[in-house]
Amino acid sequence: MMTTSPTEREIFYQALTIRIRILIMIVSFFPMLLTTGILFYKFNQLYTEKMQTHTLELVQKHSLEIDTFLVEKLGNIRYVARQFDNNQPPSAFLKYHLENLRNEYGDVFTDLGLVNQNGIQFAYEGPFKLENADYSLAHWFINATQRPYYISDVFTGLRGYPHFIISIRIASADVNYILRATVNFGAFNSLVENIHIGKTGIAFIINTKGQLQTKKEISLNRAFVSFITDPRNYDDNETVFTRQQDDITGKKYLCVASMLKHINWLMVFRQDINDAFSELWKTQILTLICFIAGCIAILSVAFILPKSIVRRLSAADEKNEAMNQQVVESGRLATIGELAAGIAHEINNPVAIMIEEAGWMEDLLEEEESEGTKNMDEFKRSLKQINTQGKRCKEITHKLLSFARKNDSTTNDVQINDTIMEIVSLTAQMAKYNNVLIKTILNKNIPYIRISPSEMQQVILNLINNAIDAMEKTGGTITIETKISQIEANHLVITIEDDGPGIPKNNLDRIFDPFFTTKPVGKGTGLGLSICYGIIQKMGGKIDVNSQVGVGTRFRIWIPFQEETKKSI
Amino acid sequence: MNHINLLLVDDEKAFLDTLTKRLEKRGMNVTAVYSGQDALAELKTQKNFEVVILDVKMPQMDGIETLVEIKRQDPLIEVIMLTGHATVETAIDGMKLGAFDYLMKPCDLDVLIAKASEAADKKRIHEDKIIEARMKEITNRRP
Repeated sequence: MMTTSPTEREIFYQALTIRIRILIMIVSFFPMLLTTGILFYKFNQLYTEKMQTHTLELVQKHSLEIDTFLVEKLGNIRYVARQFDNNQPPSAFLKYHLENLRNEYGDVFTDLGLVNQNGIQFAYEGPFKLENADYSLAHWFINATQRPYYISDVFTGLRGYPHFIISIRIASADVNYILRATVNFGAFNSLVENIHIGKTGIAFIINTKGQLQTKKEISLNRAFVSFITDPRNYDDNETVFTRQQDDITGKKYLCVASMLKHINWLMVFRQDINDAFSELWKTQILTLICFIAGCIAILSVAFILPKSIVRRLSAADEKNEAMNQQVVESGRLATIGELAAGIAHEINNPVAIMIEEAGWMEDLLEEEESEGTKNMDEFKRSLKQINTQGKRCKEITHKLLSFARKNDSTTNDVQINDTIMEIVSLTAQMAKYNNVLIKTILNKNIPYIRISPSEMQQVILNLINNAIDAMEKTGGTITIETKISQIEANHLVITIEDDGPGIPKNNLDRIFDPFFTTKPVGKGTGLGLSICYGIIQKMGGKIDVNSQVGVGTRFRIWIPFQEETKKSI
Repeated sequence: MNHINLLLVDDEKAFLDTLTKRLEKRGMNVTAVYSGQDALAELKTQKNFEVVILDVKMPQMDGIETLVEIKRQDPLIEVIMLTGHATVETAIDGMKLGAFDYLMKPCDLDVLIAKASEAADKKRIHEDKIIEARMKEITNRRP
């Protein structure tokens, strides 16, 4: 990560965004689609099944009712036929029984008639004048003569109203008549018309030719009729379930047909599909809306979430990288320090030998002196120089060693004021000698801090020494102040201020760099402040410097403290 | 004050040889050995050493070990630790274990001689006191 270029990282983040996005979409869409699909399908199936069952039951119940009605009426007429007595006048017989039937069942039977084998209705009782009507060519008469009983289709006939006939053959030794009864079409029709489901659900009856046997005006197409009249399409319950499309209006209908048992009629129930499934479709639309809303939610999350995640990630990465760089930087400094210390240590011994050898030569030269060698003074000067430079080397190596030396870094709870007073008393003598006054403004309420006391001493001693060095010629005042920081929360601040000559601006930036010094060659190593900087950094603190030429220099050190330690005082 | 019996211990032969010559030139009785073991052996054979100058950093047996052993053999011998800067703490430890003082390498010869003299003086005073005490003890013996 660290070494990738910005564009490469951009590509990486983009790929990451897309990957997260796809992942979110997969894990969200897949279960949602599955759940919705299964629910949708299952609900559809169940609802359709339920509705079909319900409709079937209804149709079966009603066709049973109609069957019962027809059987009952047939029974009535059969009973009447059995009562027939040739000795009685036919009209009186008819009149008596029609009255009886009317008393018993109300307005179900319209009339009664007796027809002889030639098709002439020789006796009639009813509201129409149909005595002696000739039925010899009527469709129902031909059918009736061939079976013991017959129920006709609905037809208009001689009277001009739709009706149907129940006829019974009375065949004995001396007579061969047909007893004919007209069933009130209205009464029969109401049986069927009362069936209603929803807004459009209606029932009607057709014969095997597809002719309507009830009052309703309903258009049926041929394919539908041929389908529902085909006995092969019927199940065990003698019902058929199908769909029909209206030729004219184009409307789709749901149809249930049931065969009546005693007559070649079909009871048909028809409902507009839109009406039948309206509840289902409402639910489906609701589901669909929910699904779409879910999709929109997922999509928006899939677009927004990865972006914010990746943004945070990149911010964290940047921070990390900055920190890494710092770590590398400090690591490099540490390595350099260790290397320097190693070299310093190795150089120390040879330097010691050189100084020793130079000293030995000096010793020997003293013996030679009496002989008055020509360049004696130069030899001596040269040896002295070797000695001086050797000592300089020693100075440098010692400073370098202290730079990398493992200090006493065991930490303790330290009252920083005590540390400062210790150092001030240590430096008081030197300060006095240089005409420098050290003033302290120490806040007694500052908390204990957990640091290495010896390291802190080193820092403060270094800063005071620097200040004294700076004011060597002029003299002046050093002010040391401690207090709780107003700028940084939970930090205390140590300010060391002098009114010396100040530091020029271009030096100020490099003041903490190792080996940077303004002191004359051989006087300073340029390591003091850089060591201070390292120590304060290690403590988790901060050090900064403000300086103005001619006014003075101020160093500030911030050290963090814990809230608990503050309370424990 | 001269004619101190000195034992120098350091593994750096070149340094030690020159130092020996310079000290001898100033009238010291100097014996130089190059390891802790040799120093201990030398102390066993020759009993009249007053001051040992001991390098802290040596291979095998280091200065501290040697110091402990010397003090065990003869508690009255004064030891001056010689150290590079990196081992000041060790030198301080050495002083806690009974060393007389420490010197940082490379050291000024005059300082070295001054320290050695002080140490020798201390040892002589010490010994005098012991003799005195013993005499007192003898004279105070009851018949």
